[in-house]
Amino acid sequence: MRQFYILLVGIYFGIVLVKSEVVSWFRISKMFQFQEAYMYLIIASAVVVGAISIFLIKRLHGKTVFGEDIMPQAKPYQKGVIIGGTLFGIGWAITGACPGPIYAQIGSGNLLALVTFIGALGGMFLYAVLQPKLPH
Amino acid sequence: MIAWLLQPWPWYISGPLIGLTVPLLLLLSGKSFGISSSLRYIGCAIVPHSKLDYLRSVAWREHSWNLIFVLGVAVGGFIASHFLSAAPIAFLPNSYQSVSGVIALAIGGILIGFGTRYANGCTSGHTIMGLSLLSWPSLVASVFFFIGGLISTNLVVRWLFAG
Repeated sequence: MRQFYILLVGIYFGIVLVKSEVVSWFRISKMFQFQEAYMYLIIASAVVVGAISIFLIKRLHGKTVFGEDIMPQAKPYQKGVIIGGTLFGIGWAITGACPGPIYAQIGSGNLLALVTFIGALGGMFLYAVLQPKLPH
Repeated sequence: MIAWLLQPWPWYISGPLIGLTVPLLLLLSGKSFGISSSLRYIGCAIVPHSKLDYLRSVAWREHSWNLIFVLGVAVGGFIASHFLSAAPIAFLPNSYQSVSGVIALAIGGILIGFGTRYANGCTSGHTIMGLSLLSWPSLVASVFFFIGGLISTNLVVRWLFAG
């Protein structure tokens, strides 16, 4: 049942990604050229709704539908957020896709997104190989 | 209503709906919203007996929910494009349908895979989920995503299209 819910939330997220057009290279490009406020408003409103939701879940001691406590953990700081973060940003603007939109683009039937996806898998393997040598 | 639904949704609808993914996933599964770790678990599944610590040290089956989630994202993309759109959405400029365009996408993909794994998150896990948790490392990550994007769009991509 849990996996079915996860699939449904994934479908929901995929639909919203496409209908919001954040899967479009053109939206990403206009954001990074400060040509339109659209992406900034999307991200800001998403974060506000997410933050209020987490505040309420914590304040009201919200539990999952299965009755478990909800304890989301923040990610710890390490140097990768700076170096890796910058590299990801460069790739994001070239391809017009961050990881979520890659999957949504593939589902939409955009064959070129498969190239981005295979590249991303390659990049993941590259990180797996270099991980012991990289500063963290 | 239906006609309206088939148009691109305005930011004040779609932005909050994206944010709602965070509580939906928490309440229905207890999982923290994130996408890019799926790349790692796909790697674990493809190379089950890898000697690399990064792929060996994690029991990917315990994280298989993440793969179900991204499968859902692809299905959602299919539904939105085929049943909920009056006109096809333009994903990429036509200039990417070329050898140099495919090479650019492959290199961009490598940077996405390497960068998000090194940063331990992407726009989902850091920018949406991390900022929703008011986490400062995720704020640092998001700032550098943005710096990378600024450099890329205004220097790299401009150079790509100059030729």
